[in-house]
Amino acid sequence: MTDRSPVAEADICIVGAGPAGSLVADRLSGAGYRVVVLDAGPRFDPADRLERQERAIRPYYDRPDVWDGDPERDAYSATGEWFYPLNHARVKGIGGSTLHWQGMVMRLHEADFNSGSERGVGPDWPIDYADLRPYYADAEDELGVSGADVPFGPPREEPHPMGAFPPSYSDSLFAEACDELGIAMHPVPNARNSESYDGRSECVGYGTCQPVCPSGAKYDGTVHAEAAEAQGARVIDRARVTELEHGPNRIEAAVYVTPDGTEHRQEADAFVLAAGGVEIPRLLLLSESDHYPDGLANSSGLVGRYFMDHLFAGAGGRLDEPTRQNHVGFLTSESHQFYDDADEEFAPFKLEFFNYAGPSPVEMALTGDDWGDEQLERLRESYGTHVALGGLVEQLPREDSYIGLDPDRTDDLGNPVPDVHWNVGDRALRTIERVNEIQHEILEALGADIRWTAGPESTGPAYHHMGTTRMSADPSEGVVDANLRTHDLDNCWIASSSVFPTGGAMNPTLTIAALALKAADSIEASL
Amino acid sequence: MELTRRDAVAALAALGTGSAAAAGYHLSQRESADDADEAIDDERVRETLVAAAEVVYPSDLDGIEAFVRRFANGRLEDSAHAEGLRAAVAELDDHALSWYDGPFVDLSVDTRDSLLREIGADVADEVPDGTTAEQIRYYVVNELLLALYSSPKGGELVGIENPQGHPGGTDSYQRGPQR
Repeated sequence: MTDRSPVAEADICIVGAGPAGSLVADRLSGAGYRVVVLDAGPRFDPADRLERQERAIRPYYDRPDVWDGDPERDAYSATGEWFYPLNHARVKGIGGSTLHWQGMVMRLHEADFNSGSERGVGPDWPIDYADLRPYYADAEDELGVSGADVPFGPPREEPHPMGAFPPSYSDSLFAEACDELGIAMHPVPNARNSESYDGRSECVGYGTCQPVCPSGAKYDGTVHAEAAEAQGARVIDRARVTELEHGPNRIEAAVYVTPDGTEHRQEADAFVLAAGGVEIPRLLLLSESDHYPDGLANSSGLVGRYFMDHLFAGAGGRLDEPTRQNHVGFLTSESHQFYDDADEEFAPFKLEFFNYAGPSPVEMALTGDDWGDEQLERLRESYGTHVALGGLVEQLPREDSYIGLDPDRTDDLGNPVPDVHWNVGDRALRTIERVNEIQHEILEALGADIRWTAGPESTGPAYHHMGTTRMSADPSEGVVDANLRTHDLDNCWIASSSVFPTGGAMNPTLTIAALALKAADSIEASL
Repeated sequence: MELTRRDAVAALAALGTGSAAAAGYHLSQRESADDADEAIDDERVRETLVAAAEVVYPSDLDGIEAFVRRFANGRLEDSAHAEGLRAAVAELDDHALSWYDGPFVDLSVDTRDSLLREIGADVADEVPDGTTAEQIRYYVVNELLLALYSSPKGGELVGIENPQGHPGGTDSYQRGPQR
């Protein structure tokens, strides 16, 4: 029977075993500290990944089924102007949402750290790109990033740990159209091994990166959870933290419930909240007290506020020639050319050139009411000539976009569920129209018959939960300081995209990892 | 195009032995082989899958029997998946006996096609613990289509030599079409 009892005399208790929590655990256990990590979800057996891949392909299984999502444990509400499909956006368990992520890892641009002063909207971060630059390099080494210089990216000090994946055949088709339009394409930094790295396989092309990589070539948080355990850290799965017991200035214990219903208390000298941009504010709000009547670490009143995601903008169509899609499940080319044109009116955005446009033949074969020759004819007609462009667009932080507690609904432990109240704003929607215009220009130059557009009316979230415990030097304007320590509590740090004051338009995980390493330094200095 | 046992091994390498339905999906709640007149042995499963493949696979494929038998052997190694597979085949045979007076494998290809459609396996969604039509769709029809179209040979029929689910490396995505 698995021992899920608390660790005696722990130095650090980390809530959440995703990439942020696992990186902090690895770093601090490596420095000799006694570390315990509590995660609400299970420990997945790596041997099950082929079966999870089958779930990803077969139509019976919905996305949350791939990683054993539990609708009672993960119950939530979505009351904003925009519906938010939360349980498609996250995985609970050792490794966290990196188990199902795409694996794109870009650094934010310098201006992203100074949106207010550079673009005239939103707050500035209390740190600059230069502050995070060494941590970015460290994070790239830890995750294993395959990449090459990006002409529009911020300055780097050294190459990526691995060379970039070569461009796809369809990239070469796009390149002709982009040349004509003066749009530069460049490689994508991938947390995916282009060669064997750190004992993990090179990519073998399963093509199901989202939501599962059976080979382990795609980085996920289990890498550092396991490394931390090898250094003596204790990682406890299915340990649902329900409350943080505290005094006026310190957290004393994390209260957690194990599958048999037993409630435990994990005491520690320092606590790190690394459970993502939804569950971190929820846990703080659930931990209200006489001293913190509006929620723990919430003297600013901003816990849960400013919930942001990236918006998807896309368009696609068909050519009259083969485009060789769906061989792999990752991207090899993007364009960040327009990123730093952002201002008050238009948000930063990036363009993505898809390698998996249109349907996958095997998934198509499992649906429909045909088989045999008739089905093969349908598959041949449906597959082979698709092209598509995607893009991410920044949304600004808004006070009316937030994570709260739903007072009318509880989970299976009787605690109020998170309410994802997601509102977007005109700047993002206006920018999506601009992105669509560029995408249509490229598709038209390519000679594509445009079949679909994901525009302002049909956009959706990219599943990047940001902003809900924002970072600020001013305790009245943020929940954590520039060292990721909460303003209210001396022994509580937050490692998550929840601390982002603004989101930029780059996939957030490399920045999450860099901030986690920064937080680890801060914790170590304080102990 | 010729399918071989090696192609089946490739399909198994991609898909594993098939316990996607095992964790979190409670096959024990499904009406199982008990409903059939008698238990189905694994040889009957193999020959029934071959007979069904002759219906659901494209007509210009050769080597179906060796491919399906090898694939079925792998899938029968997983006890949870094998239980569902045996139960679905038992249901299929039960209907063949009731409606056409013989086991599925003894029917003509056209009659097998008709039977699968009369059961509703053509229009049903796959559900491992669902109705008879849904189970047969999951464990027989889609099982076979998954094996074929996640393999390189099946993918090549459609124009993709490294289909989703197959670890075919990182060269093919860079290559242009074979003209």
